[in-house]
Amino acid sequence: MATTLAPVLTDTWDADRSWTLGAYERAGGYRGLRRALGMQAADVVTMVKDSGLRGRGGAGFPTGMKWGFLPAPDGGPRYLVVNADESEPGTCKDIPLMMASPQHLIEGMIITSYAIGCHHAFLYVRGEVLHVYRRLQRAIEEARAAGYLGTNILGSGFDLEITLHSGAGAYICGEETALLDSLEGLRGQPRLKPPFPAVAGLYARPTVVNNVESIASVPGIVRGGADWFKGMGTERSTGHGLFSLSGHVTRPGQYEAPLGITLRELLDMAGGVREGHQLKFWTPGGSSTPLFTAEHLDVPLDYESVGAAGSMLGTRALQIFDETTSVVRAVTRWTEFYKHESCGKCTPCREGTYWLVQVLKRIEAGQGTHADIDLLLDLCDNILGRAFCALGDGATSPITSAVQYFREEFEAGTHTPADVLFPPEHSSLFTYAPRRGRAALAGVHA
Amino acid sequence: MSVEEIGGARIPGATHRTSFDDETRARLSADAAVIKARYPQERSALLPLLHLVQSEDGYVSPRGIAFCAAELGLTTAEVSAVATFYTQYKRHPNGDYTVGVCTNTLCAVMGGDAIWEELSDHLGVGHDETTEDGAITLERIECNAACDYAPVVMVNWEFFDNQTPDSARDVVEALRAGTPVAPTRGADHVCTFKEMSRVLAGFSDGRADEGVGAGPATLRGLELARQEGWTAPPFTDEERTRAAEQARTPARGTPRAAAPAGERPASAAEPTPAGTPAPGAEQSSAERPAVSERDVSAEQEQRKQSSDDAKES
Repeated sequence: MATTLAPVLTDTWDADRSWTLGAYERAGGYRGLRRALGMQAADVVTMVKDSGLRGRGGAGFPTGMKWGFLPAPDGGPRYLVVNADESEPGTCKDIPLMMASPQHLIEGMIITSYAIGCHHAFLYVRGEVLHVYRRLQRAIEEARAAGYLGTNILGSGFDLEITLHSGAGAYICGEETALLDSLEGLRGQPRLKPPFPAVAGLYARPTVVNNVESIASVPGIVRGGADWFKGMGTERSTGHGLFSLSGHVTRPGQYEAPLGITLRELLDMAGGVREGHQLKFWTPGGSSTPLFTAEHLDVPLDYESVGAAGSMLGTRALQIFDETTSVVRAVTRWTEFYKHESCGKCTPCREGTYWLVQVLKRIEAGQGTHADIDLLLDLCDNILGRAFCALGDGATSPITSAVQYFREEFEAGTHTPADVLFPPEHSSLFTYAPRRGRAALAGVHA
Repeated sequence: MSVEEIGGARIPGATHRTSFDDETRARLSADAAVIKARYPQERSALLPLLHLVQSEDGYVSPRGIAFCAAELGLTTAEVSAVATFYTQYKRHPNGDYTVGVCTNTLCAVMGGDAIWEELSDHLGVGHDETTEDGAITLERIECNAACDYAPVVMVNWEFFDNQTPDSARDVVEALRAGTPVAPTRGADHVCTFKEMSRVLAGFSDGRADEGVGAGPATLRGLELARQEGWTAPPFTDEERTRAAEQARTPARGTPRAAAPAGERPASAAEPTPAGTPAPGAEQSSAERPAVSERDVSAEQEQRKQSSDDAKES
């Protein structure tokens, strides 16, 4: 049977004033918390471990196991920090979740804090989503007024405060240790690991850092049990996940489905690639995951299958590009992003992304040399595995995969500009007449 | 000594006011105390304090840097080092509205580049430049997590979805004319840069309930599931537990709980207005110290401080 959608997190999003506590409670919200508070904390951890939930922020590390890495309580504080710094290009699931149903996340934070023995949790949301910040702030107020936060929560004796913290514009802060430095009031640069945050995280205390969707999945697991969650997905990639379709697709949007669904199935639900066009390339999990092509339409979108096919499930950010799109233009733009967002701490990433942009820009302008493809691959080879954190590794993914599948387009960059081969006005969703010569954007200062 | 007018253009060679007047300083210090109380360690307050400074001066001004440094016992160099790392902290006076055009790959390909060209030509400014009337600072922005609404434009970090060059030009024209402008998903109308900065510092503007919960793309999958009758498996485990608990009434509740865990006081159980603060009561978590005594001991603070020192050196 074909896979169907499985709305769990999205199930309340169409309710009237879905973001309010009242709407959330009417849909069964906070039943998970009540159940959790009646359990031993260790049993909640075991339940999440047994569910097989893996981190929804990209890396896919088992969530319950991460919690289990905290050392035994020593009387000092332990922290939960939620990573709501969603900014991986193509990724657009946590932001709509927090806009439509922030209480899902807050309930998950309370249950998780109870499970790991945390009494002060932090919610680090990127600063570029004003209304989401407002919704989260209000959700915390409502939860507190209802007795879900504060002291002696629901008479359980458990105390918890949540501090909402706004970032200020830095992709790197999605890296968990950079996020911790940022939360401590420093430049957001990654830390050397080990020690891992579980041992020495926020303020050098044991800390769990989890993605928004991971934490928002916890109340459902507690309500339904580990087996309920395992009833969805595949054996090693259990449960539901948000699949975000964007780009050249008829009905882009959020599709919540069991892990293991394929792009062919999702595209079918979304009305296919835009009319009159064919799929050219796509990202399974954001720009940091190697590109896929039409030959990967039937790869089950679970951690193992996507890995075996040469990419990563990442954040299930399915960016769809049709045959009008220049892969050189796409990859150059992503690389400019990594260059802009490189924190500068380590040389391979800081210098490497700079040089990658230099080479790619001349290929995009049709002025590449015959040695440039090898130069690109050599640069990637000197970044991948040598950078301080995953940002550098991610920067190489689109390049190496694009050269693998579309080498001839890079070769064409030795004589023909990308916008001649692929006029940008053919890719855009509206018709317009380009006013400039090739590769020249108004107002962009070098 | 010449002193620059804060809010005006930076003039080469001009010096800057290095402090706020007493009244402003007292007001900001009171805000800073509220911010600092949210964290176990004061330095964590630096990012929200920088947003607070921008809510006063419209950018991270020299006197704002000095203020943060004084509040947190840091040097101005340490504060500047942080402020310059993050793109939302502006180094010169910002316009009333930051208009950001997403030109990361997906939005660019869907038409973001054309929108950028249109706005840049129309306004006569480039990236991170401000129109002469001080209304608009134009920016090329990175992915803002709304790819299913591409191409996206942000105005003071509110979402303007599915834009075209024409629609984006209309938005900036309305902004310059002082007409209220409504985002696609967000508050009823966009606020100013300074007002936005104050919210990001943690001070509620009470507008969370404005606007929609979700846009059409957000709901696409859910609508299809409703139409097709697709659902996730039911919470059978919970249903079994609840049935068992109901069979045991009235002796419900849990060994850990002092009060029945399944109930909360009726006064708080009203569905919709639950949690609406009473007039005069606390309106925001920002007004409340969140630090509990479990957070930090003097000894830990000491240890953390020395690790910070090592990092800074």
